[in-house]
Formats: sequence, structure tokens, C-alpha cells
Amino acid sequence: MSGTLLPLLVAVPLVVGGLLVALPDRLLLGRLLLLGTTGGSTAAGAALVVSQLDGGVVAHRIGLWPAGIAIPFAADMLTALMLTVTGLLTTVCALFAIASGEAARRFFPPLVVVLTAGVNGALLTGDLFNLFVFIEVMLLPSYALLVMAAPRRGTTSRVAGARLYVTVNLLTSTIFLAGVGLLYGVTGSVNMADVAGAAQTDGRAAVAAAVCLLALSIKAAVVPVHGWLARAYPAASPAVTAMFSGLHTKVAIYAVYRIYAVVFGGDERWLWVGVLLFSATMVVGVLGAVGEGTTRSILAFHMVSQIGYILLGVALFGPLGLAAGIFYLLHHMIVKASLFLSTGAVEVRYGTHPLGAVRGIARTEPLVAVAFFAAALSLAGIPPFSGFVAKFSLVQAAVAEGQLAAAVVAVAVSLFTLLSMLKIWSAMFWGEPAAPGADPGSGGRASGPALGGADGARGAAPTAVATRTREETTAETDPRPASTPTATARPARRIGLALALPGVVLAVVTLGLGLGGQLLMSLAQVAAEGLLDPTPYLEAVTSS
Amino acid sequence: MILALTVGVVVAGAVYLLLQREMVRVVLGFVLLGHAANLVIMAAGGASRRGEPLGAEPDPALTADPLPQAFVLTAIVIAFSITMYMLALAVLGRRDDELARGDAADDDGPDGSGGPAGDESSAHDAPDVPARREEVAP
Repeated sequence: MSGTLLPLLVAVPLVVGGLLVALPDRLLLGRLLLLGTTGGSTAAGAALVVSQLDGGVVAHRIGLWPAGIAIPFAADMLTALMLTVTGLLTTVCALFAIASGEAARRFFPPLVVVLTAGVNGALLTGDLFNLFVFIEVMLLPSYALLVMAAPRRGTTSRVAGARLYVTVNLLTSTIFLAGVGLLYGVTGSVNMADVAGAAQTDGRAAVAAAVCLLALSIKAAVVPVHGWLARAYPAASPAVTAMFSGLHTKVAIYAVYRIYAVVFGGDERWLWVGVLLFSATMVVGVLGAVGEGTTRSILAFHMVSQIGYILLGVALFGPLGLAAGIFYLLHHMIVKASLFLSTGAVEVRYGTHPLGAVRGIARTEPLVAVAFFAAALSLAGIPPFSGFVAKFSLVQAAVAEGQLAAAVVAVAVSLFTLLSMLKIWSAMFWGEPAAPGADPGSGGRASGPALGGADGARGAAPTAVATRTREETTAETDPRPASTPTATARPARRIGLALALPGVVLAVVTLGLGLGGQLLMSLAQVAAEGLLDPTPYLEAVTSS
Repeated sequence: MILALTVGVVVAGAVYLLLQREMVRVVLGFVLLGHAANLVIMAAGGASRRGEPLGAEPDPALTADPLPQAFVLTAIVIAFSITMYMLALAVLGRRDDELARGDAADDDGPDGSGGPAGDESSAHDAPDVPARREEVAP
């Protein structure tokens, strides 16, 4: 793939987004265009991966302006892998949104397509200011997607989650912008090639780049600035949560990898900060999940924990650590989206409930249950899934770099992850289905106190919740009679194949990556080489 | 120096406003914060040692740096659009300002008065209902 085609990865989605706005709603063509664009982006990413097996870099200056003025786009192996996986995730989540009926909402397809443009741009750009711009391009449709999922009541909505998300992201974007400004003041450029290694030699540049890294850490939800994620993500709809989990935090992580490798040149003096913070992230995230009572908030806290793992790769700056971190990043995007989509399929059909209110789904929905189980084991790092390869190589790298404490934390946190996944499994999928009269799918919803009670998960708490919901079901008129089948339809399958398939596909991908881990690991090693020695990337940025 | 002091004062005001509860004040805080960031970028262009690009053939080393100005222009557009969006959020969710403090984001409560039902239209509603009950109880 030649460099001149790179701008198409941004231009095509933007043009299609404009077209989709003009198209009338609920048209098949709109959905086809949506899937075609995201699928095309995936295919382009895969083509880039194939063309860069030798570690080459393709680059292009947009509009062929002279270097320094033009927006440089460059793609090495890391970029290509990220493009492929983000494209795949967006496609799968779009399929889920179509199956759940969410894609029929006004402006859903154009928003997702513009989101793709922003993600691709942020991954491709070789210039810090344009990174800021593309992150904003990515975020603006996300804000709208979040509010779209907000429950309505008359003319007002509950948009607390969306407000939190917008506020946090605007704050971090402003911090990032200030950091870029400071870096420009010190080095006179924001081009990756010109600022390469600046933070190693100049303390002022290091402070400026650290401000950028701080902003990206907030976006990636690193402890101690992780609090927003577990509150904002569950406010979205299942499809949107899955999409955000795969795209937003991961683009920030990609930028952290890139900036630390290029601007800091992998400076060894600051790696201990990373090891400390990212180990804390692993622990705090997994412990936070223990106290949560709904599946999506548990999964959101696990995301925080896993982000610690991913970023540990950059803190173990070396061929082993970086390759393990990149492998973990790609594995995590797939597995997390699979989990969100599997539990999301349950949520769409059975309603949003505290853990324990919906039980015994494995009997009626075996496909979703198997997909969830596979992805959960993969998240915890059990062979033969990709999580095992990821965690094993990461722990191996930590031991090789002498960070034994981090290795111990990584292993210990895995156990807690498994515990938490089993909590969801046993409370939601396993066990006897609830008695027909207590069918929580028909509208009742346990309130605050019961939510706390559900933390106990497997003991008496679920029955307490079920009793409570039964009372409420009888006490209230059902606000949405048409959206869920009646209680007598309980044994029947409610989740159609189209709704279950997205989660299953991603679970199969993680199994494939686990069995054929060597393939992705060798690609991750090529990507790690590109970060260890960024010279080819930088030359491509300047001389394309 | 004046620029640096200005940035400091503006950021102080922005932080004060951001810590307020009402959404509109938070939005105003972000307006100030955006201005502060823009001033930082302007200062990064060497505003203190460069003059206006006037005359027939201005010397690029002595005249104002155009790149930070382009940055600021882009940043203003982005900040402006998000400000409008946040104001829309302030109107759309104006009930959120009135809610009792506490965990409003993820409390799923029973929703008796749910509006027109969408897919999950009542999924996150009504953490205020228990609060009201508490008020009634004593």
C-alpha cells in the first residue's frame, strides 16, 4: 500500500459521513455504507500490516505541502495493527447496533463513520497538534452517541454520564493542548520528527511532554485519574460502550506508546514512575470492580485494571516488554468488546439490572453464555485463549527487566479478575432461571439498597433481589409492555442469532489468537522494533 | 511576563468555576480554560520578542510566528463547538442540576413515571425517586 492512499482512511469516512447525514433514516443503504466504510477501514489496515512485514513505514504529506507545514501521515506496523483491530471492532459493534435496533436511531450511522475518521486520523498522524485535532474529531461524535443512549423523559434527559464524559474529555484535551503549546515553545515544532528525543536532552521539553502524557493518561484512565471511566461508560448503550472501550482509551494508550518512544526516546530514568502507576492501576481497577453491582460497571472497572497491564508494556521499555504490551493491547480490545457485547445482548433483551436479578441465562441462551465464558477466561488469562499469551509474555518481560514486584502484581490481579468474572458468570448465566412470576425482564428494577445487597452475589442476595423485583413488578404498572415478552415466554430464547453473533465472533478471534499466538506475537515484535528504533518512522515523517 | 500572569489569573478563575455544581458555570469555566490554553500557545510563539509582520519584506525571524496562530484558530473552533454542545447538555438535562447529591450516574432505580419507552429509555432513570421517598418518610 503506498503512502498516497493513507489520507483516504480519513477522507473516505468523512465524505461518507456527510452523505449519510443527507440520506433519509432507516434506509438499508445507510447501514450498508456504514458497514462498508468500517469494513473498508479494516481491510486497509490489514493490507498495511501485510505490506509492512519487513518493518517498513509508509508516509504521506497531505496536499504535498513542504515538510513542517503539511500534516504528515505515517503508518508503521503498530499503526497498521491498531487500524486493523479498531476497524474490526467498529464493524462488529455496528453489526450489534443494527441487530439491537440502535442503528435505526437518527444520525447513528454518520456519527460512527465520523468516529472512524477521527480514530484513523489519530493513529496515522505524525504531528502532535494534529493528534489533538483528530482526538477531538473522534470525541465529538462520541458525545452525541452517549447522549443518544440517554433515557428520555419529556424534553429532558438523564445526561449525567454524558456530562461527566464531555467535561472530563474537554478538560484533558485542554491540558493536552497546553502541553503541545509548551512543547512548541521549547522546541519550535510539534512534528514528531523534530521533537524526537527532545525530552531526553532538555528538561523543559520533558516537562512539556509530561503534560501531554498526563492528559493522555486521564483519557486512558490510569490511576489516580481513572474515576471518570467507570461512571461514564455504563451510561452509554451496550453497543456504544463496547465501541468506546475498544477505541477511545486505546487511542490514548497508542499515543502514550508513541510519545514515550519518540519524544522521550524510551528514557530509562522515568520508567519507575510508569511501573509504579501502572501496577497501582491494575490493583485499584480490579478491587474497584469488586464493589460494583451491575455487569457493565464491573467490566468498566476491569478495563481500568487491564489498562494497567497494557501500559506496563511501555514501562518495561524493551523488545520483550513492548511486544508483550502491544499484544496485550490488541488482545484486550477484542476481548473487552466481546464481553461488553455478550452482556450487552443480555441487557438489550432482558433489561438493565443489578447483578443477580436475571439468572440462569446459560439455559436459555447457550450461545451468548459460551461466548461470555470464553472471553471471561481470556480476560483472566487462562489458556488456550489469547489472554494467556498476553499475560504470560508480559510477566516474562517483567521478570526479564527485573521488575519482580510488577510481575507478582500482574499474576495476583489475574486471580481477582477471574473471581470477578466468575461472579458475573454465576450470578447471571449459571443457576436456575428465576421463577416465572419474578421475571425481572418485565419491567421491575431493584433500587439502590438492593444494588448494595447484590454485591454478595452468590449467597442469599440474588433471592432477596428477586423478591424485591417481584414486589415492584406487582406494585408498578409496567412502563414498557411491548419491549419485552411476557413472563410465560421465559424458557424461549430471546437473543437472536444476529444479536449474539458479534460477541461470538470476537470470542472466536480471541481463541484463534490464543492458539495461533505466534503470528500476532511476531507482528507485535515488528511493531516493538519500530518503537525501540523510531528512526525509520521519523525519516518517513520528514522525507515522505 | 504579562502573558504568564494573565494565564495564571484566567486559570484560577476557570478552576473556581469548574468546581461549581451548575452546568452553565462549568461551561463558563471551560471557556476561560480554553482562553488560557490559547494564550499559552500564543506565548509559545515568542510573542514577547516578535513584532507585527508589517512592511514590504518582513524578516521571518523577527515577525510574529504564524503557526501558533493557526493552532489557536483551530483550537478556538473546536472549543467553541464543544461549548455549544455542553450548553445543549445543560438544557437537555436540566433536572440533573437539581438532583440530590450522591451517586447519580449509575443508580438504577424503579421508574414508575417513565416517559415514552425506548430500548432502554428508563434504564438509568430516577435515582431521585428514592431521595424523594426519604423526604416524605420523616
